Amino acid sequence: MKKILKQMGVALALTVTATAVAAAQDFKPVLLYDIGGKFDKSFNEAAHNGAEQFKNEFGDAYRDFEPNSETQYEQALKRFARRKADVIVAVGVGYSVAVKNVAKRYPNVKFTVIDAIIDLPNVQSITFKENEGSFLVGMIAAMKTESKNIGFIGGMDIPLIRRFEQGYVEGAKYIRDDLNFVENYVGTTPAAWNDPIKASEMARSQYSRGVDVIFSAAGPSGLGVIQAAKDNGKLAIGVDSNQNHVAPGSVLTSMMKRVDLAVYQAMKEAKEGNWKSGHRVMGLKEGGVDFALDEHNDGLITADMKTKLEDAKSKIISGEIVVGDVAGSNSGH
Amino acid sequence: MEFFADLVLLTDSTFRIATPLVLTALAGLVCERGGVVDIGLEGKMLASAFAAAASAAVTGSPWAGMAAGIGASILLALLHGYVSISQRGNQIVSGMAINIAVAGLAPTLANFWFQKGGQTPLLGDEARFSTITFPFAESLADVPVIGALYSEILSGHNIITYMTIVIVPLVAWMLYKTRFGLRLRAVGENPEAVDTAGISVTLLRYQAMVIAGVLCGLAGTVLSTGLGAGFIRDMSAGKGYLALAAMIFGKWKPVPTLLACLLFGFVDALQGRLQGVALPLIGEIPVQFTIMLPYVLTVIILAGFVGKIQAPRASGIPYEKDH
Repeated sequence: MKKILKQMGVALALTVTATAVAAAQDFKPVLLYDIGGKFDKSFNEAAHNGAEQFKNEFGDAYRDFEPNSETQYEQALKRFARRKADVIVAVGVGYSVAVKNVAKRYPNVKFTVIDAIIDLPNVQSITFKENEGSFLVGMIAAMKTESKNIGFIGGMDIPLIRRFEQGYVEGAKYIRDDLNFVENYVGTTPAAWNDPIKASEMARSQYSRGVDVIFSAAGPSGLGVIQAAKDNGKLAIGVDSNQNHVAPGSVLTSMMKRVDLAVYQAMKEAKEGNWKSGHRVMGLKEGGVDFALDEHNDGLITADMKTKLEDAKSKIISGEIVVGDVAGSNSGH
Repeated sequence: MEFFADLVLLTDSTFRIATPLVLTALAGLVCERGGVVDIGLEGKMLASAFAAAASAAVTGSPWAGMAAGIGASILLALLHGYVSISQRGNQIVSGMAINIAVAGLAPTLANFWFQKGGQTPLLGDEARFSTITFPFAESLADVPVIGALYSEILSGHNIITYMTIVIVPLVAWMLYKTRFGLRLRAVGENPEAVDTAGISVTLLRYQAMVIAGVLCGLAGTVLSTGLGAGFIRDMSAGKGYLALAAMIFGKWKPVPTLLACLLFGFVDALQGRLQGVALPLIGEIPVQFTIMLPYVLTVIILAGFVGKIQAPRASGIPYEKDH
């Protein structure tokens, strides 16, 4: 009996080493996008870029999945967890409930969730201080507007998007307090991320009411806002990825949320073995958010504006300016 | 004065929002007047939005886009016709199948052809139906009342919106003043009588399907090349179903259907306008409530004001000669 047990132990040890070796040779990260498609020129595309960067540097292919509806979140997570993925990176606050459920059932699989906070020993949560980045683009909008009317168009009305708005309004008020704000939300269901027609209609309406700069935090729907800016000769501010190139001259700047960096780091850490669960916040200080400046909008941002922005940036990093937040931004909905 | 300016902007926005709705609702109307229920309007619109955007992106011409959009929509309409007219299948199932198939097929094809994750490339100005500005619209804009009406409401839409304004009376004329229209209405009410008169029920119904295909194709084209600039998955966003509802409100008649679509468009424009605005007495209305507005209105109208709704009698019933 003892002998058999011993043999079994050896066999078990052998299998474990074998799997470990296999895992080291064949690292399998998985990336799950949020609804909207991977080339939304925004949030998902940023995640895709991060995974691509990881692939190019380490030579490990990753698998990805684009859900069509909320019900697929949990199915996809379970499927990849069963197939023993080394790390599953899920982007989007919509994943919070699904990741919580699946992570409990598969305690040996590593999960990284972006935009949501889940307190489990095998989940790494990464959130951003979108309000800090939005503060900066709010300053830019306030410095650029001639009509003293600036607008905001959110995608789905959830606390996370309210956080963008909060930072934007505070940033604008930091420059001048005689501004008039106009806000719109495309909808209250995930379909709101995929309705550029409605978003562009809302943008047109804002522009004809005197608004000359609109910040859109609406995923693919935001493309409609940029289109409306182009058609009306006004300005839009992009979000998540650098969207300055979508319509050069019509996109004032973009509030970059470095989802790419978060995805890249999560995969890299998992690969190198120093992946840790817990909560990590990426703000201005950590390089997690910023405003985009490139050849497409260089002519729109003056040197004077840049100085003011750099000044505010250092004040936020040092804690001199504290940008307000919205409660519940990273909890599920 | 501010109220007037708001009203002008809302009306302008209503026309844009209502364009695809009106075209789609008329497509459904022609179909059902001919006795075929078409719940696949949503899918046809989405398919033509994709075909139009893809073709316009490749050729750089919005007219090529329109041709492709209409072509795709006609093909699907004929498929629906084959199932529900020739094979006497269940029309609801066939329509739903089209909706589901297109919702998956369009992004897949887009990904295959353009490698942009289910979208087509963004269209430049030359590949879109841009807005048409009427002569003197700029200079007349400052004239009180008339200037605003002319330069904001009448001028500055894309060509498909103007086409729609012509199409509505055209469909009404076809339905009520032509021999074809009379036969079409008869085939939706009493196909046996039409058949007895020696007229082919099958041919008439197929003709209705083609007309519906053209109208739906225009609706999809305006989505991706007029109002928007490229195809994005699920961009029809339920407009096909909304059009069906408008058609039922309109009691399967062209002008009431047009009014129902305009009402939907207006409420949609209004809800965007009301968001975040503090109203007297009530205060600021939460977004959730303003977004609810079109649906609440639908229920109220349907329950209280529409009265008796009578669908074409043979609508949804496949015609079988032997009965």
